[in-house]
Amino acid sequence: MCRRENNDLSGNDVVQSFITGSGSFPTFASLNSQLRILVLSLLPSTISDPKNLGTVLHFIYLSSGEGMGGGIRQLLEQVHRLSRRCLFRVLSMGPLPTHLAFIMDGNRRYAKKRGLEDGSGHKAGFSALMSMLQYCYELGIKYVTVYAFSIDNFRRKPEEVQSLMDLMLEKIKSLLDKESIVHEYGIRVYFIGNLGLLNDQVRAAAEEVMKATAKNSRVVLLVCVAYNSTDEIVQAVKRSCVDKADRDVERIQLVDIEENMQMSVAPEPDILIRSSGETRLSNFLLWQTGNSQLFSPDALWPEIGLRHLVWAILNFQRSHSYLEKKKKQL
Amino acid sequence: MDSNEPMLLLSSRIGQIGDLGLDLLWRFLHIVVSLFHIVSGIFEAIQSYAISLGLIQKYSSVDIEKLRCLAVVLDIEVARDVAKVVELLQWLKTIGVKQVGLFDSQGLLKKSKDMILEMVPGSTLLQETGEKDISPDRKEGIAIEFISSSDNKEAVVKAANILLKRHLKTSHPEKDEGNNVFTESHLNEALRVVGENVHVPDLMLVYGPVRSHLGFPAWRLRYTEIVHMGSLKYMRYGSLLKAIHKFTGVRQNYGV
Repeated sequence: MCRRENNDLSGNDVVQSFITGSGSFPTFASLNSQLRILVLSLLPSTISDPKNLGTVLHFIYLSSGEGMGGGIRQLLEQVHRLSRRCLFRVLSMGPLPTHLAFIMDGNRRYAKKRGLEDGSGHKAGFSALMSMLQYCYELGIKYVTVYAFSIDNFRRKPEEVQSLMDLMLEKIKSLLDKESIVHEYGIRVYFIGNLGLLNDQVRAAAEEVMKATAKNSRVVLLVCVAYNSTDEIVQAVKRSCVDKADRDVERIQLVDIEENMQMSVAPEPDILIRSSGETRLSNFLLWQTGNSQLFSPDALWPEIGLRHLVWAILNFQRSHSYLEKKKKQL
Repeated sequence: MDSNEPMLLLSSRIGQIGDLGLDLLWRFLHIVVSLFHIVSGIFEAIQSYAISLGLIQKYSSVDIEKLRCLAVVLDIEVARDVAKVVELLQWLKTIGVKQVGLFDSQGLLKKSKDMILEMVPGSTLLQETGEKDISPDRKEGIAIEFISSSDNKEAVVKAANILLKRHLKTSHPEKDEGNNVFTESHLNEALRVVGENVHVPDLMLVYGPVRSHLGFPAWRLRYTEIVHMGSLKYMRYGSLLKAIHKFTGVRQNYGV
């Protein structure tokens, strides 16, 4: 298609993108059935002058935000939200966990399975995380902990570690936006781990988010980065010892170590969910999960959804009285 | 004012009916979950009997060399049933497991340790230092270790006190940040000095109502595969074999 006058450029661009599938405009395949019917019905009248088709497609694209396609999407979203609220109302007739922990495993396998490029598994994982956080906070769970990056992960290929750090920096900064989930739910964010191992930019961003959300108290998100449970225990022992040495005290007690653990800002997790079906804890919250119920759904992390959360909570409710009894015994 | 009272009464009645409805829905959900567990339990039982009878080829041989150290976590209620524990140990010995750590949070099994060692032929007490001495006469036997919650947090406290003493002995404890006294390997060594076995079990079998490690020594749990086996009272040889077989197929990245 040859270029026409300047005011036709937008129409031509849209048609080109529409046919070749490149650019940011939608393709025929991506339109819903009603829009496809509309486009097909307009084709005969536009065949003599493709400029008309371009203009029509452009119009469809522009109005899709408020038009038929967008409206249906919004309606579906409202229906989902309402049915979720009803489901959560039913679930809250039984005991609900106070603290949920997630090991977000399976992002790389997801990217491989879908034939995507390397970093996109982690991006998909991030969206899955946002959805899960939304469900948890809608349900009224006060503490959520996620295993974002382990000290062991530093041993991965340098390019992969760097791209993960870049993604983390981008997402940590986005938490400070006014429209982010942090402000929507009044989340207090903690970054737990050996932050000294992170690069300066990521560490500074993390500290900024912690400071900015320090006054929030409704719900708490604990993000474990550069974290290992054994490292956490060693750091707690070190802090208690150095503190005791400073005060010339020669004996450490359990309570000293417990209060110096970084995770002491939250109670022990009630449920720990590891995606991708693996059954190990991989050095995550080993000290804190003595009374936690462990779940390992087979879904990879980007595939995790509301059904896995609901299943975990229903099973938690079944064993709740047993776990409460155990806590009292210790 | 009089008209308010019936309205309030009505709205509270509607609220009560609403709550009752929600409660019924909740119970219904749980009935569905229980049914699911019953049905899957039946399937598992059938599969387990088939495995025990050798009907499923896949499980007829297990690469037991991969399982160097096994941990068995027992709920307190089940730990009282020493006869069942002994039977489990005999099964493990038959499968070829060489090293087992038995854990129950209150240390009930530690109290019965002599009885258990006597009742399981060819069993020996694993030395606390956890040294791997594969002497010829131990080839057929099984080494058993008894663990309880005192080996978890309390042991770390004892080890921490050792490190504290070491730190205080340095010439300027108030200036020293402790980087050469407080590392993972130092804590590991201090735990050994206190008498703890620091070997990481490869596989952990949990016998109890819930899949939870119930306070097993945290320091040793890093990469342990944790499998829930259900109740000890209804334990099955086939399920045991299946769990061990599944473990031998696992491939870990260790974070890389």
